[in-house]
Amino acid sequence: MLKTEELQINIGPQHPSTHGVFRMIVTVDGETITDLKPVFGYLHRNHEQIAEQNTYLQNMPYTDRLDYFNSMANNQAYAMAIEKMVGIEVPERAEYLRVMMVELTRILNHAGALGFLINDMGMWQTQLAFGMREREKILDLFESASGARLMCNYFRFGGVVRDLPPDFIPRLKELLQAMPAFVDELERLLRENEILMQRAEGIGILPRDLALAYSVSGPVLRGSGIPYDVRKAEPYSVYDRFDFDVPVGTVGDVYDRFLVRIEEMRQSRRILEQVLEQLPDAQGGHINPKARQNVRPPVGDVYARIESPKGELGFYLVSDGSGKPYRYKVRAPSFINLTPLGDMCRGYKVADVVVILGSIDIVMGEVDR
Amino acid sequence: MPLEIVFPMTNEHELQLDLERQGVFLSTVNRFYNWGRRSSIWPMAFGLACCAIEMMAFGLSRYDVARFGAELFRASPRQADLMIVAGTVTKKMAPQVVRLYNQMAEPRYVISMGACATSGGPFRDGYNVLRGIDLLVPVDVYVPGCPPRPEALLHALITLQDQIDRQKLGRVRWYGEGAKPQTTDFPVPTFGAQGLEIDGRLVDPVGGLPLVSAYTAPEFGEMKSGRLEHPEIVRHFPIMDPTVELEHPLKARGMAPEIAADDLKRGEVGNAEA
Repeated sequence: MLKTEELQINIGPQHPSTHGVFRMIVTVDGETITDLKPVFGYLHRNHEQIAEQNTYLQNMPYTDRLDYFNSMANNQAYAMAIEKMVGIEVPERAEYLRVMMVELTRILNHAGALGFLINDMGMWQTQLAFGMREREKILDLFESASGARLMCNYFRFGGVVRDLPPDFIPRLKELLQAMPAFVDELERLLRENEILMQRAEGIGILPRDLALAYSVSGPVLRGSGIPYDVRKAEPYSVYDRFDFDVPVGTVGDVYDRFLVRIEEMRQSRRILEQVLEQLPDAQGGHINPKARQNVRPPVGDVYARIESPKGELGFYLVSDGSGKPYRYKVRAPSFINLTPLGDMCRGYKVADVVVILGSIDIVMGEVDR
Repeated sequence: MPLEIVFPMTNEHELQLDLERQGVFLSTVNRFYNWGRRSSIWPMAFGLACCAIEMMAFGLSRYDVARFGAELFRASPRQADLMIVAGTVTKKMAPQVVRLYNQMAEPRYVISMGACATSGGPFRDGYNVLRGIDLLVPVDVYVPGCPPRPEALLHALITLQDQIDRQKLGRVRWYGEGAKPQTTDFPVPTFGAQGLEIDGRLVDPVGGLPLVSAYTAPEFGEMKSGRLEHPEIVRHFPIMDPTVELEHPLKARGMAPEIAADDLKRGEVGNAEA
């Protein structure tokens, strides 16, 4: 047996494979990782502190910039928190529009995340181009509805800012019709790819009990075999009216997490089809006309959560009765899913670090805030 | 064997030198040189925040920057010509950004993408946000937007190509004569107690305007340095000022005592009634 010495390697903050500006100090023994120390804060842009100086409505566009892949999902969690605190009713139609947007976001996020994973494995941009192609189609829909591609700022307290344009529903139907082919293509590329199988199967295993202990959520938790989904556990909005399944993995490795994401895209499509069926019968308009936007919630605190594409996204707000939040806290799924990274990487090779990081699917805007 | 043409100082030679001085001969070389440079601007794969997503869209399927010869995103700054500062530069990240810029070989260009990189954008009032990357490195093209659309970034690239087209070989800073302040390494800031410091002097304090002015746009690659300082302008941010101890009456009203006791005693946060 060769005597080896431990070596520290610094990965990041500028590295083509890290998802944003994230730094890892990896201790390796030969090629094997013995320890990993994450360093955060390279994108700490004072989201929470700035939010405490803004009025409640001014914070809505800031929430777009938390998890900048899924601005619609962040909007929904924040709008729900305020509605819960003030007691604003949301019309049925607005709830359907919200669900529609968030499920489109989920498809968009998973298509991108799969692309990034395979990009991290060394297939430079090929897979990403497939994902981005689909993403652009969904972004076109977002743009027609909200006016912006990425930072939609579409939700308001009590509904959404404006109703759908007339050509939205036909375009969405067209998109949904073409979607199974895309998901199947993605899955075929994933399942039959020898390189991916070797680099993903049995890598980065997060055991069930450890996943629970770290309170991870979203596809990372479901990949470890726990069927927990906020949409099922505490149905918010109109999710109790839809029929969908929560996919779970068995082993909890990188491969399972990505199979879960692919299946979630299919389930999101199922939800979207049910939304399209039920939307014409939904009561009310796109926003509650009585809802005031410059809210002054009563003294107290509130926590509202949704199942964002990355996991459980929650907003905790404390109000002192004024027009600005006294305390504004984000329970960011990316940050909490990132905490078991050291345990997931220990014992694997140094080349697996970026793959495991890619399988968690983080966005630094949400981690550092 | 080097080609060496020696001819007596005739009127023709005088004329050629005179034309050269006026840029006739050099302009053709310039055109050739600029054509080569503008057609293969390799950006660095360097994303900071939200704008990086749009930067990826700019490189991928629909917008396809390969049409402009800039599709090769290089992972190493040594191989890159262009740094697209895509996103919020925090004070923790700023030293790394300058270091990456220093590692790039001349000629090097910078596109400041989005409101954050240009001025701090929506996060300008944050204590950890650099108020514009142009305080630390020279910027060639600014792109407004939050985030800019990929088309806007394409337009920025075309603008940069136009700037490169107008470069003159004899005057660019990496070949030119004389003092070349911008070809040397830029000072890497450190994260001090009160904000970013360069050589122990405060540059971008927490709460207040930056104490140095931005590098003027180094158009056409020429030497320009604008390190004017304006330390008189100080803006007051009470929330970030540790000396302000007054608690706002509105903030205290109706708070649960345990929350109020646990929370930091903070300064006056503007007038909520206004």
